[in-house]
This record gives sequence, C-alpha cells and structure tokens, in this order.
Amino acid sequence: MNTAAPVPAPASLADSALPAGGIFAALRWSLVRDLKVAMRSRSELGVQLLFYIIVVSLFPLASNPERTLLAAIGPGVLWVAALLASLLSLPRLFAGDYGDGTLEQIALSPHPLEALVSGKILAHWLTAGLPVTLLAPLLGIQYAMDGESLAVLAAALLIGTPILSLLGGIGAALTLGLRGGGSLLALLILPLYVPVLIFGAGAVEAVRAGLGATANLSLLGAGLLVAMVGAPFAAAAAVRIALD
Amino acid sequence: MLEAHNLSAERGATRLFSDLSFKVGTGEALMITGANGTGKTTLLRMLAGLSAPAAGEIRWRGQIVKPFDPRLRGAVAFAGHPIALKDELTAEENLAAAAALSGEPASPDAVRSALEVVSLSRQRSLPARVLSQGQRRRIGLARLTLVRRVLWLLDEPVTALDAAGTALLARLVGEHVQTGGLAIAATHTPLILPQVRLHSLALA
Amino acid sequence: MAASNKYKLSSPAAFYPVAGRMIPWFGASAAVLAAIGLWIGLWLAPTDFAQGDAYRIIFIHVPAAWMSMFIYLVMAFWSALGLGFNTRLSAMMAQSLAPTGALMTLIALFTGSLWGRPTWGTYWAWDARMTSELILLFLYLGIIALRNAIDDPRRADRACAVLSLVGAINVPIIYFSVRWWNTLHQGSSVSLSAAPRMAAVMLAGMLILAFAAWFYTIAVALCRVRVIMLERESGSGWVSELFALNIVHLKKA
Repeated sequence: MNTAAPVPAPASLADSALPAGGIFAALRWSLVRDLKVAMRSRSELGVQLLFYIIVVSLFPLASNPERTLLAAIGPGVLWVAALLASLLSLPRLFAGDYGDGTLEQIALSPHPLEALVSGKILAHWLTAGLPVTLLAPLLGIQYAMDGESLAVLAAALLIGTPILSLLGGIGAALTLGLRGGGSLLALLILPLYVPVLIFGAGAVEAVRAGLGATANLSLLGAGLLVAMVGAPFAAAAAVRIALD
Repeated sequence: MLEAHNLSAERGATRLFSDLSFKVGTGEALMITGANGTGKTTLLRMLAGLSAPAAGEIRWRGQIVKPFDPRLRGAVAFAGHPIALKDELTAEENLAAAAALSGEPASPDAVRSALEVVSLSRQRSLPARVLSQGQRRRIGLARLTLVRRVLWLLDEPVTALDAAGTALLARLVGEHVQTGGLAIAATHTPLILPQVRLHSLALA
Repeated sequence: MAASNKYKLSSPAAFYPVAGRMIPWFGASAAVLAAIGLWIGLWLAPTDFAQGDAYRIIFIHVPAAWMSMFIYLVMAFWSALGLGFNTRLSAMMAQSLAPTGALMTLIALFTGSLWGRPTWGTYWAWDARMTSELILLFLYLGIIALRNAIDDPRRADRACAVLSLVGAINVPIIYFSVRWWNTLHQGSSVSLSAAPRMAAVMLAGMLILAFAAWFYTIAVALCRVRVIMLERESGSGWVSELFALNIVHLKKA
C-alpha cells in the first residue's frame, strides 16, 4: 500500500458554475473523445464500410446488369444502402457509453447535455456518414452513372447523411438497453428517414430527367437545418429518459 | 447540506422504500446499508439527480433540486457501478477526459499525481481494457480526487478493492469529509472512518 | 382538497369513474351514427356511373384515413402534455390511443387497396396518399413496439412521448416528400380524388361516419385507459377501495 504519495490539495469545494468555454468546449470534448475511441477501434469502422460496399454490389446480381437499368436504379440503391449503413453504425453512438457508465457521467456533467450529444453525433457522422459519402461516387461508377449524376449524388449525400446521424441519434438514445434494440431501432428510425431518401435519391433522378437538382438539394439543406436545431434536444431528452 | 424528505421509490409495481428522510451536513458521511434489492443504488441515483423519486423531494443547500438540476450537477461526483472508463483509452486519458467533462480540465501533472495517489503510476499509459477490476476501481478513486466535487456518491465503492485499496478509499473519504465535503456510500461492508461524523441508514 | 374541479379530473382516481360513465354514451352514439351513415352510404347515395357500386367503400375508407391522421395528432398532443407537465393521465391517454390509430391506418390501407382494384386495376399503387398512410402505420407500430420493449411504465411514457413528437413533426414532411416524389414520377398512379363528383348526400354520409369513427375511438380509448389505470395503480389505495366496494355490492346482491 502506498500511503506515502501526497494527496492533492483539498478541493476548492465551491459549486462550480457553468464551465468555461460553454457550448463549444462541450461539443469539442465529446467530438475529440469519440473520434479517439473510434480511431482505436478502426477495424469496426472498416467492417461497416465493407457492409456498404457489399450491399451495393448485391443489387446488380439480383437484377439485370444492363447499363440503362443500372443507371436508373443506381441512385436509389446507393441511398438505401447508405440508410442501412447508418442504421448499422448507430448503436455505437450511445450504447458503449451507456454500458460502461460514461453516459451517466456525461449526463451529470455541468456542460449542457445537448452540446455533448451534438459532439457525439458529429463524431458519428465523421466516422459513418462521411466515409459513405466519399465512397459512393466510386461505387456509382459500377452503376454506369455519368459524371454529373455522381457529383450530385455526392452533394446530396454530403447534406443528407448528417440528417441520418441526427435523427438516428434520437432513436439510438430511445432504444438504449432495450430488448431487440437493433431491429426496434430500425422500426423507429427508417420511417423517419423517408424524406431524406426521397429528396436525396430524387436529386440524382432530377438531374437525369434534366430538371436540375437545386430544388431537391435546397430541401435537403432545409431539412438539415431543422434537424440540427431540433434533434440534439430530442436526443438529449431521450438520453435522460434512458438513464432514469 | 443534502436533505431528503419523504422519498419513495418504485420499481415497476413494487415499492422499494417509502417516506425516507435524512440529512447529511458538511463534514459528514452517510453509509447506506441493506440487502440486495432494497433500493440502495436507486436511492443513490436519485440523490445524484439521475432519476426522479416516486414521491418526496431532495434539497441541496436548502433548495429543492429536480433530476439533472444544474446546481446538483456542479456539486456531485457520482461513482456508479460501471466505473465509467473507456476501454480504448489509457488510464491517463480517461482521467484527463473525466476532468475536462467535469468542467475543470486537469494538467498532465495533476493527472499523474492523482494516479500516484492510487498507486497506478506505472499503469498510466496502459489502455483501461488490460487493467484488473481492482485497478479500474482505483482509477475511479483517482477521478474523485481529481474532479473536486463537494458531494461524493459512491455505489459499492469497496467492490474488487484489496485491503490496501480499501484502506486508501477510507483515507480519501475521511480526508474529503474532514475538509468540508460530504460523502454518501451505499455498501455491504461499511467503511471504517475514524474522526468522521458518520450517519447510517439501513434499508429493508 | 383545495384543487379546482379541472385539476381533480387529471388524477386517475377521479377520472376512472367519470370515464366509466362516459363510455356507454360514446359507444351508443358511435353505433347509432354508424348505422345512419352506412344507411346513407349503402342505400341512399346513388350508384356512380363510372365506378358502379365499388366507390361506396369510400364511406369507410375516407373516415378511417381522416381518423388515422387525427388520432396521431391527438396522441402527440397528450404526449406533449405528459412530457411538459408530468401528468400521469396524459401519458395513459396517449398510450390508449396508439392501437386504435394503428387500426384506423390499417383499415384505410386495406379499403384503399380494395378500392384500387376496380379503379386502378391493381391492389397497390405507389400513390402519394397510400404511401404516406403506409409510413404512418410504421410510425404507429414503432411507438407500440417501443412501449412493449420498455418494462418501466414511466420510462415507456416519456420515451414514447419523445418519439410521438418527433414523428408528429415528421408527418407533414413525410407527406410533402411523398407527394413531391409522386409528382416526379407521374403516370404511375391515378389519384384517388378522381372519385365521383361529391353529391351533398355522400358528403353527409361520410361526415356522419367520420363522427361515428371518432366516438368509437373515444369509447375504446376510455375503455383502454381504464384498464391501464388499474394495471398501473394496482398497488394504490383507490384501486383497493374500488374492489372492496365491488365486493360489498356483490355480497348485497
């Protein structure tokens, strides 16, 4: 036993007020920590990305690898696979912290929980949504999509996948520690993903139809703004409910 | 001063305890004892502001506090059953993250001396995954000394600690209380805390 | 008991008997209105000359579709109230509405597809309204499944409330997006509004049936909320008193 080690000076036992740095310090804390944890378990991220690639590669085998057909179903397939990949990686968002007790510490921190949750959601997007966005144009080539379609697809995914992480965060928090968590999460979240799917895949469709993607992309952008404002509050409320 | 007035708790349809009232003042400690399933952890989580009592109220410094009350969040250090360590991060990183989360980032030196107090200096750059249960508990103790909160809430703090660890725990809690802190522990094996005003509460 | 009448009713003990007295009235009104509405719809309304008698299914379909959306709004309203004011009764009301909402959605989908067969020549077309209704069904089922997965009723109440509210914000967006998608792919569907020109008598029949569905929903929700109250508060005084009273009545009889 080591009683010789000095004990740190007694705590300044005053209640700490709201910590310095405010919202951004809190957001940065959870962003940095989650990215660090994700980087130390990189293989999991790689497996999730492989899942995306495999799902996308299955569709031509299930139908007809004819170029015009592929170009027609390509945007939809790439988007549906993005939805599924997002769903698959969602448990990572809160379940780890819930299991090891860190989520309690996060909820009891003097930092605003909404900001901490936002940082976690941002980290989730950087490790799940962004890789899919970067990979999709490459996979689009398999689907005989032309350059403009590929560019619009990437733009739509760039705006749309953060919405998936934001909405998914609510579902992931609501289903913490529940029986059948994974499939329940799918039932709760996939219907809410429908508008993102429609506007996202619709953007590429619109380009193919010669209509221009501006309208679809602006609607996606509006959706992203609404989700950014609202989802952190709902997800934070859901975290508190799950801990009760 | 932490006061509980007529607290009751339910789990599903069963009532765990009801009409529980007590006070813990500055420089005092409270040991909550009771068999498994009597609601020790539930009570501790209520006091931490993690869950709402079925009835009754909790006052901190005279003011009623609801779950997740900012006043309580700034005052409580909660050491729950899972020790809140990320397996992927090292002992040092875990402590630094915990300190930053509590709103008072700690210098690397402060983190190191906190690890020294719990005799884990040699393990400081090992990932938490490879540490033993007792060592993980000790990191939990180091966190308590690092985050500097008035009110310590400890759930079964003795679990997995060896004799030296238990003595260290008793010493840290004793010092905390003697320097004006409050400590509440739910435990099967009451801590021996000489020179501390010790209350005890038995749940049945 | 200084609380005013308005607040007293929000406690389960006070609401239980009131709900019990209300159920027969709503139930009977629903039955009478349904009889009148069906009589108008099936006999009084003239046969349409484009669609024949097949169109008569709208007398079921349209009220069910209205109710499916209306119940979702009411459920979200009770959820918001429960979340905001932490009233037990509001959450119980929200819980009692979900199965009826899902049932109405299912009826709307089923009758819609039956109607689609003679009018579109297919049981299912990816029509904007049918698709929205299908997603609404998923939302209802999600809420019911979430409730079933949570053991602690208080956590279930609050989790379902958050989900209902997120869903309520999303429902108009979903509806809009599905319409948007539908117009982009025109030609794939014939709108259901291509129904025969609405005669006054048909509108009356539809409205009466809508009220019948509404009163039925209220009656069923009240029945269900009474059961939920007994289940949840089985340990509390008023439930034991209630059963003690019943036993006394039985002994007298």
